[in-house]
Parts: sequence; C-alpha cells; structure tokens
Amino acid sequence: MTSPTLALDVDGPAAPPRSNGELVFAEPWQGRAFGLTMALVDRGAISYPEFRERLIGRIACWEQAHPEGKDFSYYLCWLEALEQELAEQRLVVAGDLAARSAAFAVRPAGHDHEHEHGDGLGEDRDHGHL
Amino acid sequence: MTDSDPIDPALREEALESLLLERGLVDTATIETFIRTYETAVGPMNGAKVVAKAWTEPAYKERLLADGTAAIAELGFKGPQGEHMVVLENTPSVHNIVVCTLCSCYPWPVLGLPPSWYKDPAYRSRVVREPRAVLAEWGTEIGPEVDVRVHDSSSEVRYLVLPERPPGTESLSAEQLAGLVTRDAMVGVTRVPAP
Repeated sequence: MTSPTLALDVDGPAAPPRSNGELVFAEPWQGRAFGLTMALVDRGAISYPEFRERLIGRIACWEQAHPEGKDFSYYLCWLEALEQELAEQRLVVAGDLAARSAAFAVRPAGHDHEHEHGDGLGEDRDHGHL
Repeated sequence: MTDSDPIDPALREEALESLLLERGLVDTATIETFIRTYETAVGPMNGAKVVAKAWTEPAYKERLLADGTAAIAELGFKGPQGEHMVVLENTPSVHNIVVCTLCSCYPWPVLGLPPSWYKDPAYRSRVVREPRAVLAEWGTEIGPEVDVRVHDSSSEVRYLVLPERPPGTESLSAEQLAGLVTRDAMVGVTRVPAP
C-alpha cells in the first residue's frame, strides 16, 4: 500500500488535542468496510473515482428519501456503494452476496464471540467460513 | 440491496469480505493495515506539523502555498486523497472553510478520515448557504469586514486550511505550536486558540 505509516504521537505536543477525539469508526464493521474498499483499490480491483461516484449516488439517494426518524449512516452508504461497484464489475453479484449473508444470518449464537468483544479487528471472523 | 434491506450491515460486510477473500481479490493483512493506519497513524497531528512548520519557516510557507502536495510530501505525508493538495491561508481579511457538498472528500494524509459532522448532510448543505451562521455555531465569530470563502472539495482537489497563528505564541517552538493546532481549525470551522 502507498499510505504512510508514521509513529503514533499520542502524548507529545503534536498529539491530536482532545477536541479532535472521536472514534474513526463507530462500529467495527465500518472499519472493515473501509479497509476492504481500500484494499480493493490498492490492488486495482476497483477504481476509487468510480467507487466515489457510487458513494455520491448513495448519499444523494438517502438525502432525497429516507425513513422518517432514521439517522444518516455514512458507512451504510459506503457499504452499498461498494456492493454496487462489485456487482457492476461482476466481482460479487447480488445473488452471491444475498446467499452468503443468509447463510451467515443463521449461524448459531456465539459463533462470533471473539470479534464482537475482541479488539475490533476480527482476527477470528473467518474461521470456518472459508 | 436497498435502503429497506433488513440485513444487518455488519453481516453484509462480513459476507462481502468472505466472498472477496475466497476469490483472492483481497487479503486480510492488507485490509487490517488500512484500518490500523487510519485509526492510529494518520490524523490531524500530521496537518498540525505542516501548519507549525509554515508558521515558523517563511520559505516553507511559501512552498506550501505554491504547491501544497509537494510541500506536504516533504514531511512524508502522502497517500490516497492527498494527491492534489491546495493550502488556503487564513488572514485577518480572509477566512477559508472547507466542505465536500457531494460526499466526504477530505485530505486524508494530513487530517486522517473525516469526523462525522463533516459527513453530515446538515453541514454539507448549510455551510454553502450560510457559512457565517455555521461558523457562529462553532463559536467562530467573523467580522463583516472579513471575506468568508467556502471551498467545495468535490473534485480531485483536497484542501487544507492554514489557520492564523494565534497571538502570544512568538516564543513557542514548532513542536509546541503543533500541539495547539486543531483539526477543526484546519477545516476552517474554528480558529487556533491562543495558549
């Protein structure tokens, strides 16, 4: 990957002030969706500008019509944009994703205990799924 | 998938990821490196170092305003969403503020990933229509003599605001100054507070 990896400056004068403090990802799946997208872009499997156009489209759709009382979820738009891009590129068609989601939905409770309560990086998430 | 899709997004993401892993289109290590990088290593402290250097080195400031991408790269900050950086200088007569009206374009290498308010539909639409009102809500009072300029990132360009150096900081080192610079000031919604 091309991103810089820099030493984390948490205590020094250049550490981000407290007013900057906010979790980058409110829930682990949001970070996974971000990392997944960037990994696909990094590999050249999808194009970021094309993905961005779909993200703009999903956000615009939400703004034009959304369920009353429902808060805006940026990363839900992000995930939908990724799903659309992958379907368009025929890398993951909607039927495959629906089938896999349905299969995961009926897993016994506790299957994902580790990554639900772990470090959020989900290192055990794929056990038994591959 | 539609807006009314009842499937939990966490489940959908996991299903998508498992299919992509099976197909050899991604690997777990790369995904997790991206997550960790943007959770911990890339953030507003990078931009704060750029700002502090510009405040203390006039020649650097000149390079930064002339070619933001190159001057920022001098400090090692580059990568996705930082390919075309433009630095906007706030002065006593000009106050710059940045938005992305269509989505959430943001200068990742210097500010990390955007905060939730930057992505919020209310900020994205209101700051264009009534920037002074939005600034006032942030506690940033701008006099009528100051020209408020709103910059929309909806193109290849990503903006970084170079805030005004607060008074009373003449004796501070660049490192100490960097500690004063906030993310919000580098987006332009606030000023850098005096120490």
